[in-house]
Amino acid sequence: MGFKDYCFRKSLWVFHFGGASCNNCDIEILDCLTPRHDLERFGILLVGSIRHADVLLVNGSINRRDKDRLLELYRQAPKPILVVAIGACGCTGGIFAEGNTFAGPVDKIIPVDAYIPGCPPKPEAIISGIVKLAGKK
Amino acid sequence: MAVYLFYFLIFPGLLFMAVAGALLSWYDRKITARVQFRKGPPLLQPFYDFFKLLLVKETILPKHGSRSVFLIAPLLGVFGATMAGLFILLPLFGIETGFRGDVIVIFYLLTLPSFSYIIGSLASGNPLAAVGASREMKLIISYELTFLLVVAAVIMKSGQQFDMNSIIETQQTGRPFIGSISGVLLFVAGVFCIQAKLALVPFDMPEAETELASGIYIEYSGPPYAMIKLAKQIMFFILPAFLVAILLNGMNPGINIVWFILKILGVVLLLTLIRNTNPRLKIKQASGFFLIWMNLLVVVAIVLIAFGL
Repeated sequence: MGFKDYCFRKSLWVFHFGGASCNNCDIEILDCLTPRHDLERFGILLVGSIRHADVLLVNGSINRRDKDRLLELYRQAPKPILVVAIGACGCTGGIFAEGNTFAGPVDKIIPVDAYIPGCPPKPEAIISGIVKLAGKK
Repeated sequence: MAVYLFYFLIFPGLLFMAVAGALLSWYDRKITARVQFRKGPPLLQPFYDFFKLLLVKETILPKHGSRSVFLIAPLLGVFGATMAGLFILLPLFGIETGFRGDVIVIFYLLTLPSFSYIIGSLASGNPLAAVGASREMKLIISYELTFLLVVAAVIMKSGQQFDMNSIIETQQTGRPFIGSISGVLLFVAGVFCIQAKLALVPFDMPEAETELASGIYIEYSGPPYAMIKLAKQIMFFILPAFLVAILLNGMNPGINIVWFILKILGVVLLLTLIRNTNPRLKIKQASGFFLIWMNLLVVVAIVLIAFGL
């Protein structure tokens, strides 16, 4: 792992995109940043602007209206960017997979680097996924 | 000529200030984490962040707005912070004596980073950045008068001496300015001015992560954002150093360097604790706070100085 790659893996800034989510995954993601789980010890920060992001967290089922927003966000993000699909809806579509407004799981729209399944995944599962992502390659 | 370039780029200049500022920003984040009962980031975290932004990330230019100004503004910020730091640190470390009137120059150079953020964010053409820039302008108008009054009071206290070197020498031969009632009042006003200059939490309405999505920096990515981070880290080191120089006795040579470092860490600790125990103010409240209460405090201090207290 080169110097540039090492710095990138040690300082992942996260931007959170919630699709048509039932809000459980959002709460579990915020749980990761609380004192008990503290993602900042891995250098992970939650940022407010996609321009500063290194990781795009996507959760919730992506419906037809969300699809355009998600594509726009992905285009606006400075590369390299990692995409993480969180929860059953983000990974596969979950119970919404057959729905009329469903526009495909996240990996049909943008390339995904890590999947964290669960409905909702526990904060420990999210941390484990992100640490694996940081140690990838 | 070469020695000045060395001063600017290496020792009290860019490299030294960047490293010191990065370590201080780690200290700030670690204290924040400890206050919130978290573990906090590793020691080298600011370096990872900086090199990631500088070397790895892509720069995205805004479609609307002026691209060249957008890119030059962060460099202007780094330049202003470095020059101000140079004029503060050269007399403080006893390397050069500076010149008559350099406190005024430092005062103007210290506003350059804030102005460069305003210029850069307005050049990006983003509406949220424009809101952030207008808030930053209002904030500058509010705190700048207080800061100027603090500097004026310090000049008055040192017996009408307009250069950093004599101000520090006056304190070292006599006693530090903070050892009097007026000095304590000036210190309180100075700490709040620094808090506003660094845009830390009670006064962070220009960046306001929750409502403006980091406001004035919203369009910056990659190397320009790394430059902004660098300017902010340099300011995080030189503003406490400036306060230590004008009120807390500066630095004596020898083993007293440890004492100097402790003073800087103490001031930063104070800033961090204020930041962690306060909510964000509205811009109107911040203006009122500085224009009425802080100015009143400094005017009282000036009256006390006139009576020799």
